[in-house]
Amino acid sequence: MPDQLLAELREALGPKSVSFGGAAQLLYSRDSSVFPGGQPGPVCFPETTEQVVACVQAAVNHNRSFVPRGAGTGLAGGAIPCDDPVMIVTTRMNKILEVDKQKQFAWVEPGVINLDLSRYLLGTGLHFAPDPSSQQSCTIGGNVANNSGGPHCLAYGVTSAHILAVEVVLPDASVAVFGDPEGPAGGYDLRGAFVGGEGTLGVATRVAVRLTPDPPAVRTMLLDYQDVGTAADTVSAIIGAGIVPAAIEMMDQKVIEVVEKFIKVGYPQDAAAVLIVEVDGLIDGVEHEVERITEIALACGTRTVRVAADEEERARIWKGRKNAFGAIAQVKPGYYLHDTVIPRTKLTEVINKVYETAERYDLLVMNVFHAGDGNLHPLLIFDPQEEGIMDRVLAAGEEIVQTSLDAGGVLSGEHGIGLEKRRFMDRLFSENDLDAQAKLRHTFDPDERANPHKVLPGGSSCAEINHMDKPPEGTWV
Amino acid sequence: MNALEEFRQSVGPHGPVAVVGGRTRWHLGGSIDPQARLITAPQGIEALDPSEMTVSLGAGTPLDMLDEALAEHGQEVALAGPPGATVGGALAVGHDSLRRRRIGSARDVLLQANYVDAQGELIKAGGPTVKNVTGYDLCRLLVGSLGTLGFFGSVILRTRPRPEITMWLSGPTKPECFLTEIYRPATILWDGKQTAVCLEGYQEDVEKQAQKLHALGLETSSDLCPMVLPPHRQRLNGGPLKNGTVADVGSSVLYGPQPAEAPETTPGVQRVVDRLRHQFDPEGRLNPGRNPQRMST
Repeated sequence: MPDQLLAELREALGPKSVSFGGAAQLLYSRDSSVFPGGQPGPVCFPETTEQVVACVQAAVNHNRSFVPRGAGTGLAGGAIPCDDPVMIVTTRMNKILEVDKQKQFAWVEPGVINLDLSRYLLGTGLHFAPDPSSQQSCTIGGNVANNSGGPHCLAYGVTSAHILAVEVVLPDASVAVFGDPEGPAGGYDLRGAFVGGEGTLGVATRVAVRLTPDPPAVRTMLLDYQDVGTAADTVSAIIGAGIVPAAIEMMDQKVIEVVEKFIKVGYPQDAAAVLIVEVDGLIDGVEHEVERITEIALACGTRTVRVAADEEERARIWKGRKNAFGAIAQVKPGYYLHDTVIPRTKLTEVINKVYETAERYDLLVMNVFHAGDGNLHPLLIFDPQEEGIMDRVLAAGEEIVQTSLDAGGVLSGEHGIGLEKRRFMDRLFSENDLDAQAKLRHTFDPDERANPHKVLPGGSSCAEINHMDKPPEGTWV
Repeated sequence: MNALEEFRQSVGPHGPVAVVGGRTRWHLGGSIDPQARLITAPQGIEALDPSEMTVSLGAGTPLDMLDEALAEHGQEVALAGPPGATVGGALAVGHDSLRRRRIGSARDVLLQANYVDAQGELIKAGGPTVKNVTGYDLCRLLVGSLGTLGFFGSVILRTRPRPEITMWLSGPTKPECFLTEIYRPATILWDGKQTAVCLEGYQEDVEKQAQKLHALGLETSSDLCPMVLPPHRQRLNGGPLKNGTVADVGSSVLYGPQPAEAPETTPGVQRVVDRLRHQFDPEGRLNPGRNPQRMST
């Protein structure tokens, strides 16, 4: 370990804001993915843009890479350190700097937790729309890096649609602000290019987020089915009828079973699938959409349609969905959560193939996902102690990814590529396509100093470091 | 040979070349070098699927033609342009519709682009699904880049349902209160004397919101914008409005009778822009003369 790098970082940030070795080394070696992790260098906890600049400058001075990181809730290995990097953990940059209610934006630091921003805004009539399932712990900086989604992105759009401007420390330690909090900035959309860069384009140090007016009325519906295909057909029929609900979520029979076993929210236990459909807006339109969706659902063969009578019932319906992963973790200690998107009209075909794949590999699979935008989340559930199971989990996972691609889908809807899916990128993109993406990367980071070996495929020792070719051990959360 | 391959060949790997759409905003961001060969992008709608909320089409397709085709299915896209504008042109310019508050930004419309780069290669960016974070976001980078990074050949766009009704109201009330009094108005315009508000959605909702606006001094005008928008966009910088200008309230866009200088690009951003141009088109052969940094908003 070059003492000089550590000394430089401690000089700039203060000794308590830089850790090396010990618990920090372990803690920041991995994220919430199944991958075993890497080897972090000094772990820095800057509190200001200037301190982030100092971290990046130190990395530049010593020809080291750096990895920006928020809460580490990512599921694709995006925050796993490769090449012994300087870790730049933004969780102490957690201030909400400015809320402009009239112009409907807020400047926040990247370490602000997604749900904390929503809580802070309660009573203002405004909210931050992206609501990833990890919103209790994920940070806005992480949301920006991953262009995160969430159930309500169906109507409101993913994170990029809600980021107006971002202050970035670039990998050469310079600072730039991309975008304009008060409206569309002229010029190249470098803001748009930066969002979703998975920490490979620089470190976001301040973020101007768009605030969305709270809808005056919300109705949440629970629809239940005797087969998954009918549920999927209902999703397409609703959208095809010109209704875009705020959210359409699907859970299959296995998920319903465990949710009812461990959380007990009142989902029909004999159902093969349930849909949660939420509509919002002005009251007359909302009532009209509830009526239309009910008609469409019943015509499609929905068994029952339940409309939450009050806020308590609405919260109970969502509680099952939002805590489904926690319930599933009670079944077996390991699970591998996938994230692909397919054309929503292919839902039935692809889900049936997912079941077939799981059966062939003798694995338990559960599906809880954003059906409205075709964003699948098959979970392969397993006990990592079982001999040989990891080979089956990985093989089945790869087959699910391929099934999604064969159906005209894409590799990721909201988790990103990280380390996990780099090796599949050439199944979706030609060499020229990937070169074009590399040009975007090199625009921001010509030396590939920021979060190396992520997103794009290419020769890397990091995969070996992380035993990417071997079974992942254990699980996450 | 298909139209996309023909387009690729027309771009070729050498020499200055410019793509022509409807020429409705031809001088935006600078005039094209007269040495450049002029080419056009393929036209025509390839697939339209309301239940996927997507449409695939040639970038040279006129926006009006797309709108007409989508209207038959009760759909629309969040792109805007003067009569005669093409889809590729509207994407290259990247201006939001006046109705952005309801329908979203032009920068969120492009799901997949098949474009020709400066080397004359056909490149795919993005993907056909309505949600996608597979790799870097080239699509958002291309929107608003005035064709300086690549030329759109064919594109897949996100569509959305059209509103049941649209209603414009206008009156002498100052616009500030409308952002908070009304739930998601599509547009609020202010010319220094009059406010015009566009409401859209389900009929009963719109009528009830209109009643609120009536109480605030606005009167229903029609289903068309009651103000004539001056042709040039610039950034709204506070202070009283000059005569003959119209502010798009809440979006920082001001419409004025004369072209305005773009705000100066900061040195930090300029460094990235220089690298961007160098990476994507080192010889500056695509739409030479154009510079998106010269667009003021």
